[in-house]
Amino acid sequence: MTEMSIDAALADELHRIAPDIELSEIDRTQDLREEFDIDSMDFLTLVTALGKRFDLDMPEADYPKMQSYDALLEYLRTRTS
Amino acid sequence: MSAFLMPSLGADMEAGTLVEQLVSPGDRVKHGDVIAAVETQKGVIEVEIFQDGVLEDWLVDTGIKVPVGTPLAMIRSTSDSNAAGPDTPEPETPQPHDPKPASVPREDPAPQEPAPQRPSPESPMPEGPFPEIPMPEDRIEAGVAANYHRQHISPAARRLAAQTGVDLGRLGPSTDKPITRSDIAALTREHHSAQSDMRAAIAAAMSRSKRDIPHYYLCHTVDLTKAEAFITTENATRAPDERLLLGALYLKALARAVKKVPEMNGTFEEGHFHQSEAVHAGLAIALRSGGLVAPALFDADTQSLDDLMTSMRDLIARVRAGRYRARELSEATITLSSLGDRGVDQLYGVIYPPQVAIVGVGTPALRPWVEGKKVLPRLTATLTLAADHRVSDGRRGALFLTAIAKHLQRPETL
Repeated sequence: MTEMSIDAALADELHRIAPDIELSEIDRTQDLREEFDIDSMDFLTLVTALGKRFDLDMPEADYPKMQSYDALLEYLRTRTS
Repeated sequence: MSAFLMPSLGADMEAGTLVEQLVSPGDRVKHGDVIAAVETQKGVIEVEIFQDGVLEDWLVDTGIKVPVGTPLAMIRSTSDSNAAGPDTPEPETPQPHDPKPASVPREDPAPQEPAPQRPSPESPMPEGPFPEIPMPEDRIEAGVAANYHRQHISPAARRLAAQTGVDLGRLGPSTDKPITRSDIAALTREHHSAQSDMRAAIAAAMSRSKRDIPHYYLCHTVDLTKAEAFITTENATRAPDERLLLGALYLKALARAVKKVPEMNGTFEEGHFHQSEAVHAGLAIALRSGGLVAPALFDADTQSLDDLMTSMRDLIARVRAGRYRARELSEATITLSSLGDRGVDQLYGVIYPPQVAIVGVGTPALRPWVEGKKVLPRLTATLTLAADHRVSDGRRGALFLTAIAKHLQRPETL
């Protein structure tokens, strides 16, 4: 899995959940849920979708590593390599 | 033969626009099938049928707005003898249990079948032959309807259009290119009623509530430490799609507490309280483009925690996609509004008529908590209740709130 496709996949899943937010408009280092205005159910939906897409278990204990867009991208990159 | 009616769409909506006919004349339908989609101020709502039979004919075209209670289609019951073949011996067989009270047992709908097509709430239409009164607005609506239902419209676009009151017909003839949210947003800019329909619906319901319902308010702090620990432990071994959220525990605790204080659960109509046996918990869900809806999670009292979580996920996903069921909007018996984990300390709800109670859950946070003689940091949240004084008093309300709090102390029993 190339980094490009991970990035695209993440953007795609976020777009499904928050179609009104443009990736170019958010701060990728800041709190993901605030930047995309998503609640705990939306976040769970995102984690579920990413887990299925990349065949990852996405444990709840790892949620602190998924707090910003960049952090989540890094997490996916590390776990899929 | 009976009529399939424009369903009740909740306290605040009196009309809806038929936007999709999902079955064709002659098709078999069965109890629970979604056979139409109706556009309302709160988005596109799927409409189920509650009988078995064959759809005889549609009485209303897509794109036409009609009041609640208007016949949308004629349904030939499977127990009707006419045209059903020689093997149906009992024409007098009573209709199978049919919760639509206004089913029209008219034997022969033919004499005035097109008449109910365009009833106007302001000006009752005369009986008999449909007069050729010019109705410019309706004509326009009917004209664009033909294009409209063939267009491919993304769910986000449909949702935005419904919420901003943009008429999808104005997008012109259908093309291969799907209509996206930005197409609608462009229209919205020139459309002055942006947001106003949804806001008007909320305003109408809440004004009615504040005018008619003598609210009283209570609040109680609940320790969520055990509930949170229970969820963490459970979720550690669960795949993401099986994980629980605190919201499911709130729902279950509320449904249990209702069993102890049943006068919180039901509807107040025409001067009387009708207590509901089943607990259909309305869940307040904010919409991304503004406004909120509170569709019902059916039978919250009898569902297991896992089933309730699944139902909640399904309901929220459908609300987000702008598609939910008419029944879900009109049949809640009590409402739960939770601020989630990024909100403020407490919320005092406004009761959604004709219900008689709404429970609010503030944002959980670590706060000082006295246990014995020690002050400890505990995860707490503020529960609030707004309830109807015509039905209950503060003492019963207090019992209800403390019952919810107690159930949340024993999450493993929920």
